Amino acid sequence: MTQTMEQTETPTRSHEPIEKVSIVISKGSLEGIYPGLIMANGARMEGIEANVFFTFFGLDAITRGKQAKVKVATVGNPGLHMPTLAGAIPGVSALVTKKFASEMEKIDIPPIPEFIEMISDSGGALYGCQATVDMFGLDLEDFVPQVDEVITVGEFYEKSAGGQIIFT
Amino acid sequence: MSTVTYAGTPVEVDSEGFLEDPAQWNEEIAAQIAAENGVGELNERHWMVVNYMRESFLENGEAPSIRTLGKASGVQIKELYELFPKGPAKLAAKVAGIPKPRGCI
Repeated sequence: MTQTMEQTETPTRSHEPIEKVSIVISKGSLEGIYPGLIMANGARMEGIEANVFFTFFGLDAITRGKQAKVKVATVGNPGLHMPTLAGAIPGVSALVTKKFASEMEKIDIPPIPEFIEMISDSGGALYGCQATVDMFGLDLEDFVPQVDEVITVGEFYEKSAGGQIIFT
Repeated sequence: MSTVTYAGTPVEVDSEGFLEDPAQWNEEIAAQIAAENGVGELNERHWMVVNYMRESFLENGEAPSIRTLGKASGVQIKELYELFPKGPAKLAAKVAGIPKPRGCI
């Protein structure tokens, strides 16, 4: 019995500290964008290298004129515990977003434009997704100046080499 | 908790090397912590951050966020990371002899 146990035992893994993360932000709602930004900034705070790749509606977080207009999704969002029809009333999404923003400000979480600047200033790299940019007919000029490059998915994997990838 | 000797003074530190009692801190201790944690020799800019960190903690009972540090310490975020590449809030707190900041921002 002891012998069998020894044979099936998994090898001990060393718990090396994380040195690099590449975070994908794919959603365009406030609650879809913030977790990735908080994780990227948190990585830099720990001295961990951080890349952020914005794809699909996640691109709104770095798009001029759109980044300050990101809202909480009040329809189809069971986490809010709000009747779907109430969430659909004009102005409700803006109101809920305002409430979130003031709560976040209290705990020192910045608005999206400032957060993007913070991550860039702290050495995090910001990338737009080539496929989405092509699909929406955008180019690098449509993004805030903190965006380093528009890259393909292949380039994203190259840049992620040696680190962890987190999809949000 | 364990006791280590910095600059000839025995001080209590937690498992990550943060001082348990900010009152045990002095500038020589700060210099040694900085040297041992990859910060190197402390210059005037480092001191601005470290002093702000310490004063803010002694006043409010908690360490400032990196956002506040960038806005109020007199050193902006970009430079904070140049001064403390392995994490400005965490390292400045350690050098300042205050507990590790627990905020997510």
